[in-house]
Amino acid sequence: MTGPIESPTNSLWAVTLATLVKDIRLEWRSKDALNSMLFFSLLVVVIFSFSFDPLAEESRHIVGGLIWVAFLFAAVVALNQTWARELRNQVLDAYRVSPAPANALFLAKALGNFIFVSVLEALMTPLFVIFYNLRVLGPAWQLIPVAVLGTWALVVNGTFFAAMSVRTRSRELMLPLLLFPISIPAVLGMVAATTSILTGEESAHFWIVLLLTYDVVFTTACLALFGMILHAE
Amino acid sequence: MRKTFTILSVITAVLLAYALYQALVVAPTDAQQGEVYRIIYYHVPSAWTAFLLFFINFIASIQYLVSRKPSTQAAAKWVVLAIGVAGVVACFLPAVQRLIPAGMRPSAVATTVLLIPIFYFVIGWLFPGDRLDVLAVTTAEVGVVFCTIVLITGPIWARPVWGIWWAPGDIRLTSTLVLWLIYVSYLVLRRFSNSAQTQMLAAALAVFGALDVPLVYFSIWFFRTQHPQPVIGGGGSMDPRMLRTLLDSWIAFLFFAFLVCWSRFRLELLHREVEEAHAMESLAGEGVAAKASLPLNRSPR
Repeated sequence: MTGPIESPTNSLWAVTLATLVKDIRLEWRSKDALNSMLFFSLLVVVIFSFSFDPLAEESRHIVGGLIWVAFLFAAVVALNQTWARELRNQVLDAYRVSPAPANALFLAKALGNFIFVSVLEALMTPLFVIFYNLRVLGPAWQLIPVAVLGTWALVVNGTFFAAMSVRTRSRELMLPLLLFPISIPAVLGMVAATTSILTGEESAHFWIVLLLTYDVVFTTACLALFGMILHAE
Repeated sequence: MRKTFTILSVITAVLLAYALYQALVVAPTDAQQGEVYRIIYYHVPSAWTAFLLFFINFIASIQYLVSRKPSTQAAAKWVVLAIGVAGVVACFLPAVQRLIPAGMRPSAVATTVLLIPIFYFVIGWLFPGDRLDVLAVTTAEVGVVFCTIVLITGPIWARPVWGIWWAPGDIRLTSTLVLWLIYVSYLVLRRFSNSAQTQMLAAALAVFGALDVPLVYFSIWFFRTQHPQPVIGGGGSMDPRMLRTLLDSWIAFLFFAFLVCWSRFRLELLHREVEEAHAMESLAGEGVAAKASLPLNRSPR
């Protein structure tokens, strides 16, 4: 709390980095979000594998949907904790009156969530491969931009809407209600891109461009409006 | 005001009855679909009305957001003007004209683009300050009602004509459904939010929803090109009597929507006045309460 006064608290990147490091350190020590996300998506994998009894040929067509639905639901777990942490001890109110730029806080939270969800994806993807006997028929390297852009698409809006839903009465419930309708084009893009790469039947280029557009549009919108949301009274 | 409302109600009732008569009796039967096609006289005007209301909601939300700071308000005026001018000019450039889907005339697209600055300035002029937010609530609620009518009448028509209730790959169905979902979440947010912050949060969500619509449209448009879908009669030729009935119905629906919006608008204003009076009462006790009397206790003007 009592940092050295000469530190450049007003610079966007300094504040972003400081908040990000703080969040990662907190997560590293508690592992609350990551553990609950991991267990949750593990449950989804197991339940789906019981309900669908996949053969290798069919599973290529459905697993793109399953994997992203699992990550979407798991991401909500992490996103809900983003701001709840700052409500304790009135941290968010302290931030509101401080001269630090609002967007630094938003960027740090979004990047933090991006890292958590990426770690989750890195750990869960091998499990999906094992449970559904997957073998990629298309250009596998394209899965990386799809994963990065798709995760950012979920996380950037998710962080924004979590900041909104934290102001409402039933916080945990509100976030998916706000996030899912807006995320439909992104989810469609991720699922369709993953399916077309796994099956190798169609090109995923359009979907990657769509995800990129979605990311650019909504990152801009979030950065433009976050200050108002943070200071809304 | 009460008199105008009554007169307008009568006019609306007459117009709706006339439109119904036109739709059921006067309009010719469709050569391929038979009588069942007549549902479009309720389906299509509802859709147009819903989209118009959502558009007004978007404009009102933008206005509300930028009106918080004088500097952004001034900047937004010029941005909107620039969008209008650039959009109209772009519609007549050959490079852009190639992107416009066949069957749409560039002048029609330019007129639509021109509506953005016109609506922006008219709404900003008619609804100053917090009334913008009241307008946003009103149009969102009434818009969701009309959108629901569209989503119910659509499958009723599709079942006999297409043979299926719902076509998941169809661009118009799916984007209307997503639009409906976005606005329902908007209303849920308003319901669950604390009164002091609701307006700002809701306005931000409305902007996000509006940004989402083109992305939804393009994603489904591409999704559709990969998947088989039912054939829709390719626009183009429509019996002039049918078109006339359609426009008559739309005018009736617009009157109806205006009427509903107006009463909802007044209700919301009264509701806020009551809340404010209650707040003042509990803040300052008896002395102020007399001045800020509840609007329902007042004698009618």
